[in-house]
Amino acid sequence: MSEQPTGFDDLAQFKQTFFEECGELLGDLEIMLMDLQGNPENATTDDLNAIFRAVHSIKGGAGAFGFTQLVTFAHTFETLLDGMREGNVPVTLGCVEELIRATDILCDLVNAAKENANLPDNHGAEITAALVALTASGAGAGAFKNNLDANEDPKIEASDEDEITVFDVWFKPAAHLFSNGSDPIMIFNELQTLGQVEITPDVSGLPALHSLESEESFLAWALKVTTNRGQVSVEEAFEFVEDDCGLVINAATSPDFPLQIRDIAVAAPVNSVVTPPPATPLPSATAPGPQTPAAKSPSAPTATSIRVDLDRVDQLVNMVGELVITQSMLNQLTNVEEGGVQTSNPDMVKGLEQLNMHTRELQESVMAIRMQPVKSVFSRMPRLVRELAAKLSKKVTLVTSGEETEVDKTVIEQLADPLMHMIRNSLDHGIEGPAERREAGKPELATVNLSAEHRSGRILIEVSDDGLGINRERVFEKATEKGLVPTDIKLSDNEIDNLIFLPGFSTAETVSDVSGRGVGMDVVRRNINNLGGRITVNSTPGRGSRFTMSLPLTLAVLEGMVVAVGVEKFVLPLTSIIETIRPNAEHVHTLVGQGEVLSVRGDYVPVVYLSRVFAIPDAAEKAAGGLVVLVDLANGRRIGIVVDELLGQQQVVIKSLEPNSPHISGISAATILGNGMVALILDIDGLQSLPQHDMSRKKMTGENGGRGQTRASQTETGKVEQCQSVGIEKEVRRIMEDQANLGVSIPSQYGQKPEQAAAE
Amino acid sequence: MDQQISAQQKNSVNGPSAQVADPTAGYDGERPIHSGETAQYISFTIGNEEYGVDIMAVREIKGWTNTTPLPNTPDYMVGVLNLRGVIVPVFDLRCRFNEGRTKATDKHVFIIVAVGDRTIGILVDAVSDILTVSANEILAVPSADRAIDDVFLTGLVTVKNRMVALLELEHLFDPQSVPEVDGSDVEALN
Repeated sequence: MSEQPTGFDDLAQFKQTFFEECGELLGDLEIMLMDLQGNPENATTDDLNAIFRAVHSIKGGAGAFGFTQLVTFAHTFETLLDGMREGNVPVTLGCVEELIRATDILCDLVNAAKENANLPDNHGAEITAALVALTASGAGAGAFKNNLDANEDPKIEASDEDEITVFDVWFKPAAHLFSNGSDPIMIFNELQTLGQVEITPDVSGLPALHSLESEESFLAWALKVTTNRGQVSVEEAFEFVEDDCGLVINAATSPDFPLQIRDIAVAAPVNSVVTPPPATPLPSATAPGPQTPAAKSPSAPTATSIRVDLDRVDQLVNMVGELVITQSMLNQLTNVEEGGVQTSNPDMVKGLEQLNMHTRELQESVMAIRMQPVKSVFSRMPRLVRELAAKLSKKVTLVTSGEETEVDKTVIEQLADPLMHMIRNSLDHGIEGPAERREAGKPELATVNLSAEHRSGRILIEVSDDGLGINRERVFEKATEKGLVPTDIKLSDNEIDNLIFLPGFSTAETVSDVSGRGVGMDVVRRNINNLGGRITVNSTPGRGSRFTMSLPLTLAVLEGMVVAVGVEKFVLPLTSIIETIRPNAEHVHTLVGQGEVLSVRGDYVPVVYLSRVFAIPDAAEKAAGGLVVLVDLANGRRIGIVVDELLGQQQVVIKSLEPNSPHISGISAATILGNGMVALILDIDGLQSLPQHDMSRKKMTGENGGRGQTRASQTETGKVEQCQSVGIEKEVRRIMEDQANLGVSIPSQYGQKPEQAAAE
Repeated sequence: MDQQISAQQKNSVNGPSAQVADPTAGYDGERPIHSGETAQYISFTIGNEEYGVDIMAVREIKGWTNTTPLPNTPDYMVGVLNLRGVIVPVFDLRCRFNEGRTKATDKHVFIIVAVGDRTIGILVDAVSDILTVSANEILAVPSADRAIDDVFLTGLVTVKNRMVALLELEHLFDPQSVPEVDGSDVEALN
């Protein structure tokens, strides 16, 4: 704990936790209310209870920190929910919609509290009024309870409200109960508000004084609660300690009464009410302390989990990364080819193999810690679709699949905005109004599909719709209007579709207030690329469009192919590699103004020489007879990268160059090889737009320390997409400055604007 | 030859009475405002010239190792090296001052410094000394023809008849600025 006196610091820490929990609770609330909204007639008491508890928790925490505005509103909210779950207020669609709106206000208040902002006192006043009205309109004592009961599992006996029942409660807290801040006395106090309570402690579990742990619980209690508030109220008193105790609640008429407390195992199922006690005595109640209780009944599906600081997880991931590097260093030491020593010791070899295996498993487990289901992102979408469809007067339904697919946490956070943007686009531009759809013979209800799945080591997320598809004429028109492409250029359908990803293309003529950020598809693509992913688009006019995002499973580790270019080593992401070719001279062609291309099974693929792009001397000069690695780019195209050698495939730990080093175009990150040297990881999408140095004038002299003097000359005219990157401008300018210093003259092409250069 | 300057060493040397120069203070582009305070500098040589850096900024002194060059970077950027798992860029100070490339041998040394939130390495010929300098001994840099001196030096001190030029690290290897060109050029791009 902190060395400072308790008080402000600790409070801040608890506040942090409270806000995190609020975030989760609000998220859960939204999901539950969404479900309810879809199906209000089938609401069960359980559903309403869960919703009530969420609001109740928020209220409780808010009270502890003194967020009065939040408490007041939560209280009104909670009162209505109470009325609903008691059956006083009917669960109607209108009611549920008010609840959803109330959740929004709750969200606002929580955020205001978090940021210490002040919301006007009457914020959400109409919602409050609506909630109060609904509560007041309740028909009174359980009038609608029958509806709830009818939907209920027959498991739980609904007790009649007015009748006084005596409940026998056996309560045995787990040893660690107090460490959660729970105190049985508080529970008993709450029980006393329900009615009369008789409490009998059982001290049989107390150990001898010398083995007594002062912070653990050894007591158990038998209580007799006489109340008219029903079993649910009694259960509720124990709600916060459900996981940490053995608890059996029975109506006193049940024959289970004489069961000995001692025999209740801490791991007893908590929600059971009617379960008959086992015939044989249960195992002794001195079960080892913090044992997690057995799986609860299906109405509480959450697995036990602990909250961990993300920094700690990151540190763990880092350490495992270092372990992988060290382990590959060890491997190298015994790898004869790499200059290691041949070991004749079979035990050592076996040991190393086992180490390999264990390290790989450890790595997978650690990576899995950061994985979360995409559900948390997907769950915000249905609401977006509903609201937007209503606003645009279109009929749209969202179909999601694969919500349980897991993705790294950082990826999830970055996914939300792009997804929302794409869905908004879909509804705005893609999907037609109902009349138009009818005329086209399509069903009035349009469908937007959102799916996620694992495929070949990556996550594939698709957003597709059955609307009009991309209006290619309009897109081309807009692109030429904005000067992004010359008017006379001929583009294939796919190329036109990809124009929407150009920076500067985004319209933002009407900024929708749903997200209001006015981001364009270029930002979406950039965000996805930054995550190491790719986004492609497929569109059929009149039938619909499909955006496919492919993202890596983890951000920390990469399956790579190490290649050699001259004396330097680089790493290519393995998943991008299609194949490696050793082309014959007849397959290599030179295209005027474009550099070299390779003909591969009828297609022409541009060739990139790493030696030229990165000014590496003494590297392969010709593609013909050399090694060309064919890779897939983010925009669906392919290029061939000329390398000297393929050094082997290995898992590499991704180390960022930033913030220490500047960003380099064509390099996405770095890694540390088994020999301790740094190798650069290629950003293949950035490679094509780099200028190629003319290596024919290079000299490698001692003075220059191994970095040859080069004279830059552009051998490739910028293709449309390339010229858009500011990166290339910077490179060109920098080279110009360098050369100006050396007194070398530059071709005039450099001084032109990109569009002019492209047009030539 | 890795030598880490321990925090203890720094603290004990500075002592309770002297106020240590805040490593960031001088790097706001302003001259450090010491008056009667002492500060410590690690001095090193490039050819015949001697330079000093604030000791509080120095993280360690590393013997020469092979570096991996970063393509398409200024000449004075030698490359990157692996510092216990962290990728640290290394700069050739001689080259930065336009005196040609350093022919690095295993006698050369990297001084690893912290500048803002970056850790970078500086390739120097040799480390000479730890200097304790009081503020009133620091002389202003006389305005010279070479624009570099103005921006990258915070002052001069005379130590035993030697002139030591004190470096200002923040702008020396700033990744944002294009070398020898004023930053506004970058703004003019698309």
